[in-house]
Amino acid sequence: MIDLTTTYLGLKLRNPLVVSASPLTENIENIQRMEEAGAAAIVMHSLFEEQITLESHELDRHLSQGAESYSESLSYFPDLTSYNLGPEGYVEHVRRAKQAVKIPIIGSLNGVSMGTWTNWIDYARKIQDAGADALELNVYYIPTNPEMTGEHVEQLYCHLVRAVKRSIRIPLAVKIGPCFSSMMYMGRRLEQAGADALVLFNRFYQPDFDLESLTVVPHLNFSSSQELLLRLHWVAILFPQLNADLAVTGGVHSATDTLKAMMAGARVAMMTSALLKHGIGHLQSVLRDLVKWMAEHDYKSIHQMQGSMSHWAVAEPAAFERGNYLRVLSSYRLRGQVS
Amino acid sequence: MKVTIDANEAVAQVAYQLSEVIAIYPITPSSTMGEWADQWAAEHRPNLWGSVPSVVEMQSEGGAAGALHGALQTGALGTTFTASQGLLLMIPNMYKIAGELNSTVMHVAARSLATHGLSIFGDHSDVMAARATGWAMLASNSPQEAQDLALIAHAAALETRVPFVHFFDGFRTSHEVAKIEKLEAGVLRAMIEDELVHAHRARALSPDHPFIRGTAQNPDVYFQAREAANPFYLACPTIVQNAMDKFAGLTGRQYSLFDYFGAPDAERVVVAMGSGAEVAHETVEKLVERGEKVGLVKVRLFRPFPVEAFIAALPSTVKAIGVLDRTKEPGSAGEPLYLDVVAAINESRLDDIRGLRPWPRIIGGRYGLSSKEFTPAMVKAVFDELEKDRPKNHFTVGINDDVTHTSLDYDPAFSTEAPETVRAIFYGLGADGTVGANKNSIKIIGEETDHFAQGYFVYDSKKSGSVTISHLRFGPRPIRSSYLIREANFIACHQFSFLAQLNLLEAAAPGGTFLLNTSHGPDAVWDKLPRTVQRHIIEKKLRFYVLDAYEVARAAGLGGRISTIMQTAFFGVTGILPKAEAIAAIKKAIQKTFGKRGEAVVQKNFVAVDAALARLAEVQVPTAPSSQFDIRRAVSADAPEFVREVTAAMIAGSGDDLPVSAMPADGTFPSGTTRWEKRNLALEIPVWDENLCIQCGKCVFVCPHAVIRSKVYPPDLLQNGPATFKSVAARWQDMKHLHYTLQIAPEDCTGCALCVQVCPVKSKSEVKHKAINMAPQPPLREAEARNWDFFLGLPEADRKGLNPTMVKDAQLFQPLFEFSGACAGCGETPYVKLLSQLFGDRLVVANATGCSSIYGGNLPTTPWAINAQGRGPAWSNSLFEDNAEFGLGMRLSLDQQGQYARELVKQLSTFVGDELGSALLDADQSNEAGIQAQRARVATLKEKLKTLIGEPSPAPDQARLRDLLAVADALVKKSVWIVGGDGWAYDIGFGGLDHVLASGRKVNILVLDTEVYSNTGGQMSKATPCGAVAKYAASGKALPKKDLAMMAMTYGSAYVARVAMGGNDGHTLKAFLEAEAFDGPSLIIAYSHCIAHGYDLVHGLEQQKAAVLSGYWPLFRYNPNLRDRAPLQLDSKAPSLPLDKYVYNEARYTMLAQSDPERAKCLLGRAQQHVADRWKSYEHLAAMAPLAKGNGKGGL
Repeated sequence: MIDLTTTYLGLKLRNPLVVSASPLTENIENIQRMEEAGAAAIVMHSLFEEQITLESHELDRHLSQGAESYSESLSYFPDLTSYNLGPEGYVEHVRRAKQAVKIPIIGSLNGVSMGTWTNWIDYARKIQDAGADALELNVYYIPTNPEMTGEHVEQLYCHLVRAVKRSIRIPLAVKIGPCFSSMMYMGRRLEQAGADALVLFNRFYQPDFDLESLTVVPHLNFSSSQELLLRLHWVAILFPQLNADLAVTGGVHSATDTLKAMMAGARVAMMTSALLKHGIGHLQSVLRDLVKWMAEHDYKSIHQMQGSMSHWAVAEPAAFERGNYLRVLSSYRLRGQVS
Repeated sequence: MKVTIDANEAVAQVAYQLSEVIAIYPITPSSTMGEWADQWAAEHRPNLWGSVPSVVEMQSEGGAAGALHGALQTGALGTTFTASQGLLLMIPNMYKIAGELNSTVMHVAARSLATHGLSIFGDHSDVMAARATGWAMLASNSPQEAQDLALIAHAAALETRVPFVHFFDGFRTSHEVAKIEKLEAGVLRAMIEDELVHAHRARALSPDHPFIRGTAQNPDVYFQAREAANPFYLACPTIVQNAMDKFAGLTGRQYSLFDYFGAPDAERVVVAMGSGAEVAHETVEKLVERGEKVGLVKVRLFRPFPVEAFIAALPSTVKAIGVLDRTKEPGSAGEPLYLDVVAAINESRLDDIRGLRPWPRIIGGRYGLSSKEFTPAMVKAVFDELEKDRPKNHFTVGINDDVTHTSLDYDPAFSTEAPETVRAIFYGLGADGTVGANKNSIKIIGEETDHFAQGYFVYDSKKSGSVTISHLRFGPRPIRSSYLIREANFIACHQFSFLAQLNLLEAAAPGGTFLLNTSHGPDAVWDKLPRTVQRHIIEKKLRFYVLDAYEVARAAGLGGRISTIMQTAFFGVTGILPKAEAIAAIKKAIQKTFGKRGEAVVQKNFVAVDAALARLAEVQVPTAPSSQFDIRRAVSADAPEFVREVTAAMIAGSGDDLPVSAMPADGTFPSGTTRWEKRNLALEIPVWDENLCIQCGKCVFVCPHAVIRSKVYPPDLLQNGPATFKSVAARWQDMKHLHYTLQIAPEDCTGCALCVQVCPVKSKSEVKHKAINMAPQPPLREAEARNWDFFLGLPEADRKGLNPTMVKDAQLFQPLFEFSGACAGCGETPYVKLLSQLFGDRLVVANATGCSSIYGGNLPTTPWAINAQGRGPAWSNSLFEDNAEFGLGMRLSLDQQGQYARELVKQLSTFVGDELGSALLDADQSNEAGIQAQRARVATLKEKLKTLIGEPSPAPDQARLRDLLAVADALVKKSVWIVGGDGWAYDIGFGGLDHVLASGRKVNILVLDTEVYSNTGGQMSKATPCGAVAKYAASGKALPKKDLAMMAMTYGSAYVARVAMGGNDGHTLKAFLEAEAFDGPSLIIAYSHCIAHGYDLVHGLEQQKAAVLSGYWPLFRYNPNLRDRAPLQLDSKAPSLPLDKYVYNEARYTMLAQSDPERAKCLLGRAQQHVADRWKSYEHLAAMAPLAKGNGKGGL
């Protein structure tokens, strides 16, 4: 009997497949179907700091627009009892999700600011109180100020993690992007700040250009397995150095991708694009293929393979370092000469 | 419990709790009562019996009265709210409701009637027009009384079976915020007897105990039956007084049918009702203190008029009575209350009811029409008049009647204001939050202190960039001052630019305080003040504080919303409450006002409040004025005399001082006066990049205020142009020898930026730079104003040489609708302006009441303009409900005169000449060239006629020659357009519109469809889409919009088009031209984005495009005269954008998604399905064969 179980954020999971944050979880039925299809845990779609403040500001602006200006139309809208602004709607959704399934539900909070009036860090506690088993903090920050140093950015991340960690009792995962000068150092700082797990990596929303209208348009494609490689690289390097759990997200589409993530050192492999592309039922086929591969290759458990190809576990650690880069370049050059 | 609310809310609370069916329809100033009722029903708030009333919006006030009648007849407790024309529309039903003795109460915010002009403001013209209906009429004088008498009216109506009109003064009382004692449910419960409710139900129609009511009666019995109800009217006053007494027992507030106040031995007595009676009360109090023998009778029960009670209320010592009517009844022997008093005194004499000896002299007069100020000085003038041996009867007071000399002189300096009462005036910019914050301030003072408190708010007549003036009073004594503050202890100016426009410190009391929002610091501000302002500050020894509220607001993320900052400064400067208490109270009010809108909004206001006082600084006032500039003249010295003498006074806020002789007697005003009112609203204005511009005309097309214009002209005309005047070669194949200029009117622009948004050209090296870009106005103002003047002097393009079907060409046509008071970014006015460009010199407009009649016809200045030849649109507004009929009447009239002219031309051919006569009769006027040729012929004809008239010829011929001269202009084609909004076309005016469409006559109907009653604040119409929140549809409209176009198409004889300028401007243009050319009725339904949709209107055109792409607003033209294809041409493609991508850009939809996501989802699904279904049916129609020949012939 193959043991697929793993632990992540102190939670015992039935397998390493976790559904990562996506609009799919906005529907409770989808969450139930994910559980049925074999998901071990679900990270809920994100509660965005900006969305809450933006909705609040927009509503205020539009309800106030033109008001108290002309005698016959002192306002243009009825003042409804409630607009469900703030985190209440999201928190309620987490509560309902938790009631609907047995697998762990991980709340997700996306934001960058701290110490301002938004008080959004309190939202973390509210998500916890709604029953979330853990919280994933998605820090997505694009520094555009030329005066802001890398050190300042790193401090911002750490302060934020510390503040959120202080406000909750449940485990905290921190989802970050790959753009740090020293990923190792950053990983350790985040761990020291209170991260129980690191989720690698955010997929950047890279805006596209519309050449007809000469406008910048938001753009987000589905991930591909190709993107997995960056994650494998850094998980493999971080694994031996950190106590925090590691999770791979971005580029996990198949059992093969999952296996690679485990071998690099991840506790879980997170999947979204594949589900958006193939449907929630895709989880079943990945699990089936996973078991099949492990059986064929005589693996008894997931635990057995976790970190088996990490930086310290491979015969040639240089493969993760600059040496690998040199080798790739030379192979290209050789191919050119051959052809 | 004390609450600080306005009368509309106070009355609505009572009416809602005591009703089961509430039929509503929006009309200012009563609309908010219906809005409250609808909102409470949406919140499932129960009435007194624990049930949620049915609140139903009807298609008109007539409809509301009909629904109320039906509800009453079948046993429900019903009510409605209305005013003015709305009440007039209810009158037929009111006779029925009273004739059948139905217990009900209608609450009326009394308002002027439309006569020589419309007015939304308060007087008793409406209720007086309903006084013969048989309804009892109860008058309230203040918000407290309005609440209390509302309950007394409901209680009395149940017992008397006589229906009640409960009325109070529109705006002055309906919108006055005052601290009142709120009626608790227990009082309502005690006042309303369930047995009477059961009796009301028992009288209802029911098949379980059938009878018939509403018979047709004959001469034999109608009369007797009409008299049969007399006992109910006779009993009514006693029942009302009993209810008043019972109410007094429960609340301690005693009312009487007539309340007397004044000296027990008064010799001069004034009789009044409504808010004016409170002014009289305050005046009598003062005069009695001085020892004068004066008194006041406040009339509460006006119908049935209880003669005995009235006589009993008068002191026996009375020698002279002055009766004040807030209405005018031209041609009558006197106004209604006066006549009643005369009759009552006469009856008392004949019947010897009470020994009034000697019989008092009675005079009557008019005051306060259309909320005209009514002050203690005016009341005193009436008392002074009563002292004369031969006092003036049928007087007016408050105006200067230099024509028929009815007016009484008064001393404006006479004041009765209590010195302990603090009086504060705030000048704010519309929508900057000033009024909202002041409403909160007066609530804070009312609820956090023992003071009495009053707030009243004055708005101007424009919808963009308007000035708001808040009047707050508070103090230890009761406040009866229902007039504007004339001398203020505190004046705040929230907008620095007002100082150069208005003499706002004129009202400052000596030793008072002046608070100014300015970016100039305390050391720099003095030199920036106009001399008059400096003079006031010095002479009145004002304490002067400044604060850069915009900077504080910007830092807090509040944008231009400075209200809470200025509010904090007000409390800080005046010290009404200790600082910490004041800030805590302000924050509490912010939480209450904005809490629902999210923590982020609350917090940024808190940040602003905390920062405000630190920025407040007192200015050290010099001893002498130093400025060399002063308050600007309201209009240029170049303006016509009427504008300089009359219009300018209205603009400057001194219209009250204009005498009667300054006013036209029949409501006729000169066209095109907006051009003289330079409002300088825009912080930023568009700047043209002539090198990038492709001269497409789209910016000119969309500009709502006609402030961007283009011209082509010979380059040699540039010789004397200003140095900064821009010009490039024209990009027309056949006009390459000409130059082109796109010019902005810097002082008329509202800064909406729609022009920039629509500009299709982007710089190749910096895409954000377009061919037109916004830039700060102040540095550009002077130069661009010179350029604008020069531009206006350039000749207009020759219309004959242009292709009107091309947007580029059509935008060279001069707009004859300019600089209106519409909202910045208005979605209606571009269509109206287009109409004026295409057909303006022969255009006759019938305009339904609504936004378009307000921005089109609200004084002081109006936008319909005149071209260089002296021609321009002829515009008029009749009513809201009759506009289609009004326009048809115009068509019939013009056709009839045209026909007569043609007949005369034929009859007088020997005089006219065969060649000219034939040319006149056979003229092709289908294009510009043809029309111009016909105008030339008519000019020749008229010259000829003038020479013939008086020459020897038989008398009948002479008469006909004169007749032909009088109607000759009718030989030139006139274009009649019937214009209005969706409230008119879909609801109140639909019956008439339908009839006109079926008439076959050549009229054009333009529906400016904003999908709500925009002018009254966004109430639902049948054009409101499914899923949108609107007033009167607080839980989101459940059913789809009425397909008015489809209904019109069913006639098969009318041209119908649905257009959206942002969806396809060329299509809009084509539809306008085809509609006008169509020989029969036409209907254009134009998508008009609106402030009531809830998004930044700079995106209006993008939203229009999204509406089209989503299939929500398919573009089409239906022409029954097409012979080679189906009459319906679909001009937009099948839906390609999910509906949610369109609707969820607008707050009217998102607010439902936020407040009730499940319902929003359900309604969105329904709306999406409807879009798909409708598209299918349109596709089906578009695939039909052409109509049989003759079937589609519209003209008769």
